[in-house]
Amino acid sequence: MNTGSKKSGAGSSEILWKVLRFIGKYRLLMALSILLAAVSVVLQLYVPFLFGDAIDEIVAQGQVNFSRMWYYLSRILIMVLLSGAATWIMNMINNRMTYRTVQDIRSKAIRHIQVLPLSYLDRHSTGDIISRVIADTDILSDGLLLGFTQLFSGIVTIIGTLIFMLSKNVWITLLVIVLTPLSFFVAKFISSHSFQMFQKQSEARGRQTALIEEMIGNQKVVQAFGYEEKSSRRFAQVNQELKEYSQKAVFFSSLTNPSTRFVNNVIYAAVALTGAFLIPGGHLTVGGLSVLLAYANQYMKPFNDISSVVTELQNALACASRIFALLEEEPESPEASGRIEDVKGEVDIRDVSFSYTPDRKLITHFTLHAAPGKRIAIVGPTGCGKTTFINLLMRFYDVNSGTISIDGRPVQELSRHALRKCFGMVLQDTWIKSGTVRENICIGRPEASDSEIIEAAKKSHSWEFIRRLPEGLDTQLREDSLSQGQKQLLCITRVMLCLPPMLILDEATSSIDTRTEMMIQKAFDQMMKGRTSFIVAHRLSTIRNADEILVMKDGNIIEQGNHEELMKKGGFYEHLYNSQFVRTED
Amino acid sequence: MRTLAPFLKNYKKESILAPFFKFLEVVFDLLVPLVVARIIDTGIARNDHGFIVRNFFLLILMAAAGLTVSITAQFFAAKASAGFAAELRQAMYDHIQGLSYSELDTLGTDTLITRLTDDINQVQNGLNMGLRLLLRSPFIVIGSMVMAFTINVRCALIFAAAIPVLFLVVFVIMYLSIPLFRKVQGRLDAVTRLTRENLTGVRVIRAFCREQESVKEFDISNQELTKLNEFVGKLSALLNPVTYVLINIATVILIHTAGLQVNLGNMQQGEAVALYNYMAQMIIELIKLASLIITLNKAAACAGRVAGVLHVNSSMKYASETSGRGLKGSAVQFQNVTFSYPGTGAPSLSDISFSVEKGQTVGIIGGTGSGKTTLVNLIARFYDATSGQVLLDGKDIKDYTRQELRSKIGVVPQKAALFKGSIRDNMKWGREDAGDKEIWEALTIAQAREIVEGKEGKLDFALEQNGKNLSGGQRQRLTIARALVKKPEFLILDDSASALDFATDAALRKALSRLKGQMTTFLVSQRAASIRQADQILVLDDGMLVGTGTHDSLLASCSAYREIYFSQFPEECRKYEEEHRKISPEDVLSPAGVKEVLS
Repeated sequence: MNTGSKKSGAGSSEILWKVLRFIGKYRLLMALSILLAAVSVVLQLYVPFLFGDAIDEIVAQGQVNFSRMWYYLSRILIMVLLSGAATWIMNMINNRMTYRTVQDIRSKAIRHIQVLPLSYLDRHSTGDIISRVIADTDILSDGLLLGFTQLFSGIVTIIGTLIFMLSKNVWITLLVIVLTPLSFFVAKFISSHSFQMFQKQSEARGRQTALIEEMIGNQKVVQAFGYEEKSSRRFAQVNQELKEYSQKAVFFSSLTNPSTRFVNNVIYAAVALTGAFLIPGGHLTVGGLSVLLAYANQYMKPFNDISSVVTELQNALACASRIFALLEEEPESPEASGRIEDVKGEVDIRDVSFSYTPDRKLITHFTLHAAPGKRIAIVGPTGCGKTTFINLLMRFYDVNSGTISIDGRPVQELSRHALRKCFGMVLQDTWIKSGTVRENICIGRPEASDSEIIEAAKKSHSWEFIRRLPEGLDTQLREDSLSQGQKQLLCITRVMLCLPPMLILDEATSSIDTRTEMMIQKAFDQMMKGRTSFIVAHRLSTIRNADEILVMKDGNIIEQGNHEELMKKGGFYEHLYNSQFVRTED
Repeated sequence: MRTLAPFLKNYKKESILAPFFKFLEVVFDLLVPLVVARIIDTGIARNDHGFIVRNFFLLILMAAAGLTVSITAQFFAAKASAGFAAELRQAMYDHIQGLSYSELDTLGTDTLITRLTDDINQVQNGLNMGLRLLLRSPFIVIGSMVMAFTINVRCALIFAAAIPVLFLVVFVIMYLSIPLFRKVQGRLDAVTRLTRENLTGVRVIRAFCREQESVKEFDISNQELTKLNEFVGKLSALLNPVTYVLINIATVILIHTAGLQVNLGNMQQGEAVALYNYMAQMIIELIKLASLIITLNKAAACAGRVAGVLHVNSSMKYASETSGRGLKGSAVQFQNVTFSYPGTGAPSLSDISFSVEKGQTVGIIGGTGSGKTTLVNLIARFYDATSGQVLLDGKDIKDYTRQELRSKIGVVPQKAALFKGSIRDNMKWGREDAGDKEIWEALTIAQAREIVEGKEGKLDFALEQNGKNLSGGQRQRLTIARALVKKPEFLILDDSASALDFATDAALRKALSRLKGQMTTFLVSQRAASIRQADQILVLDDGMLVGTGTHDSLLASCSAYREIYFSQFPEECRKYEEEHRKISPEDVLSPAGVKEVLS
């Protein structure tokens, strides 16, 4: 998932600092974990030493000193139990740190998402942000925290082993130290080569995931066009590529173990040889040699561990930089504290200009005055700036220049919540959260009673289908368990329940049949008496009764007036309106 | 697990050779302590330097041989595991291609995607690790025991007792934690879902000032995941220390027994060292194995999720070969068709019967949730009717092969889905061999010509995933063109002009009507204006067919249609009402009368 990890400007040491600051509150646990790691490693290293001593008591027939032997063996049992307990506690502490850190990062991320400007969220793909919050966080915690303790216990093991070996025999220890780098170089040589393959593998995997998301995500279209075989062939192609890279990556990386084991075996043989020459001279006991051999066997393991931990750490840091890039993204402009009460619904837009990207102007010098209680409709071809207008009204985006004010107060002076509470909004892109029907309706007013909900549902004509759902209001909804029209009805019910002072409908009824729409319209009319509303629609029957119709094109208002006036004028609106009567046979 | 095993079939040779070479490597490893024992018992005892040096070179030689066979083993293991994962992915992908809409609905595409990507990756990782270590560790463990028996039976019995106990411990912990890992994956799904919701629903959440509540909900789910993770963690945290303690206890007993045996003269000191070395080798392998088990547990949980998908079979069977042409009949005929979506009670369509002649344009109109989309989905056989029969060109739709059916029918779904690639690539979805001329023709009919002409590179213009770099209306027109490129016998437009303004919509219909006779067209729409000129209009209300006929006849006879129509054209309603008063009721009911009034 870290294929797209961008090289952040910050160096890895800076990121490491940030991560350390993040896990700072667990420093006690961290210290304890390191301490326990040291304890268990030292104990585990001491055990073979004691075994060596015990074996030295087994000399030959009739020459076995059982009481001395058991002196060592009982110590071994105590050491082993202590070390086991230490490992267990350390494992649990590590788990706790890992999972708590993940939880912390995710909870911080979700909070940050709430205050990120929509411009950021609109620009970044949902999948990418999700993979930062979920996958990257997991890799970070696994790699960093476990890597950290492994790194530490690896170092302790190496130092401990050398000390124990020294106490048995200096020459053999020196021999081992001299031969060690050999294995190190071999491992490094292999890992740097397999790294390239891993990179190619993750690139291929990224391509494959993209194809999967696209094809399986639109599986119904794929089947409707009989594209299954072609789709399968395309998949096979990427799959083949991935297989080849993956096979190479796996093979190259798996060379590390046999190669280091070979070096290890050479060292082992050298220790045996040297030991065999030293024992007759009394410089070493047989038990001592068996200890040295056991150590030589284990000695290389921490080196391998450390080199793999280093790659894991790099990986984790790459993920961390992606997470921090999200967490450090500039939040929305700071919040004003202004409140607004008893909203009359006068909206004044003066000389507003706005564009998403500086090089493409979208809305220029837009001016509009909406008297309280008026119904304003906006029509125009796609891409004319209708939805942008709503983005500005709700302050999802801030204007580049000009002012928008409500009841005479510029929106920048109001807190976002205060402003947004003034509006009830229904968008074309319906959004249903997974949860019960009730939860979905009550989003705006969680305290609403069932009878209020049912009343709102009846008014918005969603009750008919809700009633028939298997468990009524308690039915669990998923992304695609309702038709588009039913979702829109549900979204309208949400707003009906809130009774907001002003209303924004952005193609809110586009998937609802006109008959139902008319009835909803009536309910809206009643509800909106004396409330200002903004309606964006293609369907001209929807907007005909508006007090004022704005015809927009390329970010400007080109015509303005009510239905009759605009029809009389014979301009763009009239053309648009009449086109729905065109008979195709003509 | 058993479901996934067949995917190793093509790698039988590799799956056998890899363990075989691993086995050879283990043999060399296991001989090492014996050589060392000889060095101690013979070389040192006799102080025979030549003997010691010869055995030293023997050790080096064995190490080199070990390296060679081990690399060979790794090669086969890598080949097998990468190949297995590739086959599994392909099989699952192909399996999904064969699922019908019903199964896709129940499974949900989101899970399919995660299972196809994350879960299979986990399985591959598990297999990689498994083949590399799992094959070595048991050989070492069993081999050590076998070697121990060659040295001293009494001492070897300790190995024989310790190994089953250790395996039991590993097995119990694995048995307990696999279901828990599966649960963890489920909780992680929930956290992922909430993250996604917070992103996709950001406008609604902010509009309703629900940021705090969303965060609270996320926190609960997040904490639940952590709690479960910590619980599972406690269990797997036991694995490593428990194996360590147990094996060391076994070693203590071994040394004691070895002491007794040496004391009795049944064994030499060097052999005791060898036994100890075997035990030490076992410790290392078992500890590696214990940490591997955790990875394997996760992989097994994921393998279960993958197998779950492979176990879902398509509920739809196609004819295996083209049967002879059916009776020449209507282009499309529904006979008492009833349909309910799986898992829902009330039928979405009940007892629908109608027939459509070749070349006709059929309008389908009705309220939200009245079953319009369901009806056209049955024509394309995306679902099978629960009861009743659907006939295409006089032949039961179930008697067509998949290929035949798909080539006959062009569908423009509600959701305008385009794919990453050039416009030309997207257009060729309909027909692979379509030339540029045919594509431009289709684009012209779909009113998309100017869109494409306005883009840099025209047909080569690169679309982003889901056509994100186009507006909703542009996407819809391109999806219509895509269906037209196919030159289908049946064209289904499922409310696919909803994002078009009226002028474009009208122009589109005009262009489509010129194709008349070549195609039978089904037009689902909310707009009465869009379907008014249809040869036949089907009016649906709550899953029932409440009217069929032309615009004029329906206006006279179908109250549901009248309501829809007048709600969109109030002027016509007024006119109708005025005329209505002048004319006697009999006249109103006759279509001819109404036609007169309205014209």
